Amino acid sequence: MLTAIAITVDGLGFAAWLFLSSVGLTLIYGVMRILNIAHGGFYALGAYSSAWAIGLYATTGSPIVFSFLLIPLAALIAGLASGLLVERGVLKFMYGRDEVLMVLVTYAIFLILEDATKLIWGTESYVAWQPAFHFGTIDVFDIPYTVYKFIIISVAIIVGIALYFVLNKTRVGKLLLVVIEDREISAALGINVTKFFTVTFVVGAVLGALGGAITAPEISVSPGIGAEIIVLSFAVIVIGGMGSIGGAMIGALIVGFARAASVHLYPPAELFSIYLVMAAVLAVKPYGLFALAESRKI
Amino acid sequence: MVNYIHVSMGTGMVALGVMIQMRAGLVSFGQGLYFCVGGYAAGMTAKFLGISDLFVLLAIGVVAALILSAILGFLLRRYREIFYAMLTLAISMILFGLLSSTEELGSTDGFNLPTPTYLGWAPTGEVGRITLYILTCFIAIGCAIALNRFLKSPIGYVNEAIRENELRVEYLGTSAHKAVHITYMLAAVVSSIGGVLWSLVLGHVDPEMTNWTTSGQFVFVSILSGIGNVAAPLIGTFILEIVRVYAVEISPNTWQMILGSVMLLTIIFLPKGLWSLLTRKKKSKPQQTASAPAAGE
Repeated sequence: MLTAIAITVDGLGFAAWLFLSSVGLTLIYGVMRILNIAHGGFYALGAYSSAWAIGLYATTGSPIVFSFLLIPLAALIAGLASGLLVERGVLKFMYGRDEVLMVLVTYAIFLILEDATKLIWGTESYVAWQPAFHFGTIDVFDIPYTVYKFIIISVAIIVGIALYFVLNKTRVGKLLLVVIEDREISAALGINVTKFFTVTFVVGAVLGALGGAITAPEISVSPGIGAEIIVLSFAVIVIGGMGSIGGAMIGALIVGFARAASVHLYPPAELFSIYLVMAAVLAVKPYGLFALAESRKI
Repeated sequence: MVNYIHVSMGTGMVALGVMIQMRAGLVSFGQGLYFCVGGYAAGMTAKFLGISDLFVLLAIGVVAALILSAILGFLLRRYREIFYAMLTLAISMILFGLLSSTEELGSTDGFNLPTPTYLGWAPTGEVGRITLYILTCFIAIGCAIALNRFLKSPIGYVNEAIRENELRVEYLGTSAHKAVHITYMLAAVVSSIGGVLWSLVLGHVDPEMTNWTTSGQFVFVSILSGIGNVAAPLIGTFILEIVRVYAVEISPNTWQMILGSVMLLTIIFLPKGLWSLLTRKKKSKPQQTASAPAAGE
């Protein structure tokens, strides 16, 4: 019974983290058809800047409650700056190239971002435990959990609802769906496709950075976290069907629970349970659970 | 210098495997899988059975890769484009996770391999190094020639047709699935040979061989060198090895940045890779105009 509760809560925690880290990736793929490996770089940038800012803030001795504000702020600044730089500086010149080639372009950008974080913050790890520690713990059926875990879960739900609302209920969202449906016709109808691309990419980058920033207080931020998150995010969005926000949510839940279950039931499987689930899902549904059918072009 | 060539021969063969798949428009982001399978198959045979004969180890590596790729091929041949890249990546990461959590195989540290022997002959020191070097060269060149023959064979040409337009291939009555399956298995075999030789040169294997960043570098080499010729990946790996060694020497913390920049510049200015520098000069005018539309695809 206790294990079941532990798996549920941990699974939700993992799922929230995975959803926040991968929703930007699926958004960018859905709109721009770019599988953005540089997303791992955005995640790392967000994590580093938030950990660094919180650490700096903590030394001033101000009340810790306000350090929470630094998390979205760090994510916004890191995501905006790096996202704009990457899209306007590099990707702008690459649109229309082969999808697979774009993967390699973003892989190159990822390598550059990896070392950029090392240049800015060095190779030692950063720990910014203050916000996670501040709220203390809460007992769920006798198992203590940090309140911070539940904050992350709420943030993930809010982000999910916000994205759903913007995409489905607003004019901008409907225009975006038109752009996804047919780029050329929408451009012909006078929709500024380039602007949509830039905004989408930057939003995706900010979401990636937010995923990193919000996790920073729970982990020690060190080189290599970007490479780790990128394969996890791939697993999540591929399971859900690439480009689908709802799919990312379901994918995050499946992967989150798979991981939590393996942690509690059979720890050695933790590292590969996720990919096992992914391979199993893909063997049955080749393009993920919520992928839209695409016509083959002759 | 000899050591650079030696190491890059091993990884170059994996890049060759990536390259023949790229001919069919398929980018394998998990070719490290077979690199690792080759290395570990050889390593485990040496560790548990005490066999250190190079030819036996090679054979076992190849057989392991053949069996695995024949099975996985049934799954992978249904996928194209980005899904192929993702699924190959996922499978290689399963092995990465498995090996990282297996204590008997040294988990993330891996384990050491013995010095190879050759049909009972056991040279050591300098002689052993040179023997292994010469053999590696011969095997690498042999693989390149064999793959060149393959690319000029009917299935090799079908691969190029798949890249251009798969539906038409099927209309012509040829099974694209079968061609992809065979290509995948061939790529696995070369990669595992590369893995066996590379591990024997270094005398060590670890799960990092199948991590996606390793596979990414094989893809990087294939892009850098281009898919124009089988010699390209071998030369490309050698150039990469030199770039890497000097980049690490100049700035240990930012060599990835240099690598990434080189990669971006290559994609922007040489979409068909370094090899296109050679062919551009060699080809006569009319041929070039004929191949120009294909370049724009």
